[in-house]
Amino acid sequence: MNTIIVSAILGVVMMFSGIFIHNKAAFKNIAIAGLLLLLGINIAENYGYLLFKVDTKGMLHFERFGLLFNIIAIAATLLFTLLSGRDVEKVGNYTAEYFALIFFILCGVGIVTSYTNLMMLFIGIEIISIPAYILTGTDKRNLKSNEASLKYFLMGAFSTGIMLMGITLLYGTNGTFMVERAGATFPISYLEAMGLLLLFISLSFKVSLAPFHFWTPDVYDGAPTVFTSFMATVVKIAGFAAFIRLIESRYGSMGSQTDRLVAIVIILTLAFGNLTAVFQQSVKRMLAYSSIAQAGFMMFALFALNDTGKEGLILYAAAYCLATLGIFAVLIKMEDGTFEGFNGLSKSQPLLAAVLTICLLSLAGIPLTAGFFAKYYMLAAVVKTGHYLWLVVIAVLFAAVSAYYYFKVIQAMYFKEGEVNFPPVTARFKYLLVAVAAVIILLGVFPNALSQFMYF
Amino acid sequence: MIPVLLILVPLVCGLITFFIKEEKTAKLWSLTGSVITLLIALIGVTTMKGSNLLTYDASWIPTLGTRFTVGLDGMGKILTLLTAVAFPIIFGATYQNKYASPNAFYGLMLLSQAGLMGVFLSMDMLLFYFFWEFALIPVYFLCSKWGGEKRIAVTWKFFIYTFAGSLLMLVGILYLYTLTPDQSFAIASVHNLSLTSSQELFIFWTLFIAFAIKMPVFPFHTWQPDTYEQSPTAVTMVLSGVMVKMGVFAVLRWLLPVVPNASLRMADVVIIISIIGMIYASLIAIKQDDIKRLIAYSSIAHIGLMSAAMFANNATATQGVMLQMFSHGINVIGLWIVADVIEQQLGTRKFSELGGLAQKAPALAILFVVMSLANIALPLTNSFIGEFMMFNGLFQYNYWMAGIAGISIILAAVYTLWMIQKIFYGEVRGAVSGAMEVTTNTKLMLVILVVLVVVFGVYPKPLINITNDNPAKIVAQLK
Repeated sequence: MNTIIVSAILGVVMMFSGIFIHNKAAFKNIAIAGLLLLLGINIAENYGYLLFKVDTKGMLHFERFGLLFNIIAIAATLLFTLLSGRDVEKVGNYTAEYFALIFFILCGVGIVTSYTNLMMLFIGIEIISIPAYILTGTDKRNLKSNEASLKYFLMGAFSTGIMLMGITLLYGTNGTFMVERAGATFPISYLEAMGLLLLFISLSFKVSLAPFHFWTPDVYDGAPTVFTSFMATVVKIAGFAAFIRLIESRYGSMGSQTDRLVAIVIILTLAFGNLTAVFQQSVKRMLAYSSIAQAGFMMFALFALNDTGKEGLILYAAAYCLATLGIFAVLIKMEDGTFEGFNGLSKSQPLLAAVLTICLLSLAGIPLTAGFFAKYYMLAAVVKTGHYLWLVVIAVLFAAVSAYYYFKVIQAMYFKEGEVNFPPVTARFKYLLVAVAAVIILLGVFPNALSQFMYF
Repeated sequence: MIPVLLILVPLVCGLITFFIKEEKTAKLWSLTGSVITLLIALIGVTTMKGSNLLTYDASWIPTLGTRFTVGLDGMGKILTLLTAVAFPIIFGATYQNKYASPNAFYGLMLLSQAGLMGVFLSMDMLLFYFFWEFALIPVYFLCSKWGGEKRIAVTWKFFIYTFAGSLLMLVGILYLYTLTPDQSFAIASVHNLSLTSSQELFIFWTLFIAFAIKMPVFPFHTWQPDTYEQSPTAVTMVLSGVMVKMGVFAVLRWLLPVVPNASLRMADVVIIISIIGMIYASLIAIKQDDIKRLIAYSSIAHIGLMSAAMFANNATATQGVMLQMFSHGINVIGLWIVADVIEQQLGTRKFSELGGLAQKAPALAILFVVMSLANIALPLTNSFIGEFMMFNGLFQYNYWMAGIAGISIILAAVYTLWMIQKIFYGEVRGAVSGAMEVTTNTKLMLVILVVLVVVFGVYPKPLINITNDNPAKIVAQLK
């Protein structure tokens, strides 16, 4: 509860500070202070200290898993602000509003990680989506940004409609909005099955699973790169938090019927994401497709639905956010976002190149990086179920494909000749990136450091 | 404690090397580091079995059931010794070579040594996987950065190939893990499983493909000649001298004892593809016009024999494989050193542009001829005894297969002698006329190798003693 209320208040504070403060650089610091506060109270809630006592009528339920997800989302936002706060200021004239929107998104994240009621799911997803539509369009004079924003909005509205229809059907058959349905009998009625399917499709839209992923590359490409970085990390993992809660409490009991559906979606997602990413010229688009592919891997947690999977999803979210934010922080500053643009980066910026390499290795899932254990947990979760071994084999073959495009960046940086005009960066930026790399390696050697906080 | 030091010393030395800006210091430092590793390995080899010094066990990730368990047994001893011998010799022989950013080059070399040591020492399957990948990454950077013209594309193929294999292996390892009664990766747990035959087959193929790509066995060998040709020679020595032994070693440690029934069932398939690979690679080697490619194909042929002998279900053959892993490592490094000398001095590797080098560099010629004879496994050279044992075992398995495999001995003699003739005898050709005798340190390294070749050729008993108890154990598992 702490997170939801405080982040909403902080959003409003941020908005008003835009009226009273005219120093652009101040907003970033206010946002950082706000995020630190948010992180603090969220951790406090994790240990049982509540600031507010609100009767949610059982529509929200706060538990360890959701709170950990909040911590990751807030920490990722904090890291994002520290790394790329300067670049947020460059997007347009409304820096305070951008940060306000980001706080509202965090409010939505707080809701979708703890809902037990379908109405709350709907509200949470909308609170996340609407600021995201606006952030996509913040580069007002850029046609691509406008197009992306409109596209995102139309697609998002469409999927929201589908979600509402699904919820309606479920309400119609069960007479309740609660996610968990007591005394379910099998086989379920067609209407209920239809409702569940529509809900599944709409959430697949939100986390961009194939075949509902077509908006992702265009939106990620068109949005200002700073906000792409935010959407590809925080917004995406929030979608997964919502998804796993839903599937766990509703679909989980249905067993093999949903397994097949999820398996098909996973294969399609991995295939589309990875194979299309191979052919990209722009690193930003490649990362958009790679985020689809990574979503395919995260789906394994939803497929397996065991403790290994849940623990893995937390680790995966953390590893994915760290690596993606690190890469984007450098990419934002690049003049030329194509693969050729990275040629020879190791000569002019050896430190940044090394950090980028570690981030890319982590995304590819090479041992000694956090990404390896993230993938490991996902695969282990499925192998533990004892079925669908072929799915795991397909997944690792696609993971090998993913190495292909991640290493293309490494090749460009280290083995190709070229001149990069990289803007001067502050020492703090460098230290932060080194810290990111250090955490990635630390989690890659001792993944327990993160997961020992969890006992489900 | 010794196993930990064997991993830690190269690792720490390697990390420090990155920060040494001066070329000479970096070279000297990495050479010193590798010599220290060699001394530790020698202590390890001479330490009696059962000593506490040879094992180390620490908690790593308890929730996953994996521990940091390392240990030296006979097979581990012989391969860590090979790794430890190889690196000082490689550093010494290529001491004159100039590299751009030498600190990164030597640092990565030592990191790959640490990875290799880890592979040979791990007694926990997830730890093994960790080091397996850890050894690969530095080599990827070494080949792509310091290699020949086509290095990027070639190394790329190599990397994707082996990475895909490793991931398949990961699936196999995970599956094994879920089948162990105590949910652990420890060697004792995975060696004592009783699995159904379909489970065994699944695990067999996931692991075998990974190992086969690394060795490489036909038809997974296509990355190898290009990579050997394009890599800087020092790295090629690591690759063919030590790294391919990872695959052979992995089969002996993590495949045959883990899935014995599937291994026996698939033995015919593996032996037949290995023999096809041997003959095929030998025939291609005869046709080569490039020293590096010839040695690369010859290496495929030799590995093919090892892979066939491993599956012959015979203790003699298995013993032969262990000896041959060491001998082949020594011999092939010697051949690469000469190839490197020729390339550095004369600027060409083509036989068509070489000839009569013996008149200009007689000492080099003698040393090279000894290494080459060892490559054909002539009696009194180190590989004779290993190859003899392997063929002996293959004959007991199936004499038709052994007979066909035997053709490769003749073919090996054909291409090796042909190579000597083309390079060292005949008229002095244009490129060779300016040749000089090799530098003292290269000569010294070659002399050390030749001494090893002859000593272990005449008296292989110490090597056999080291690995004495492994083959019987492996074969007993297969029964």
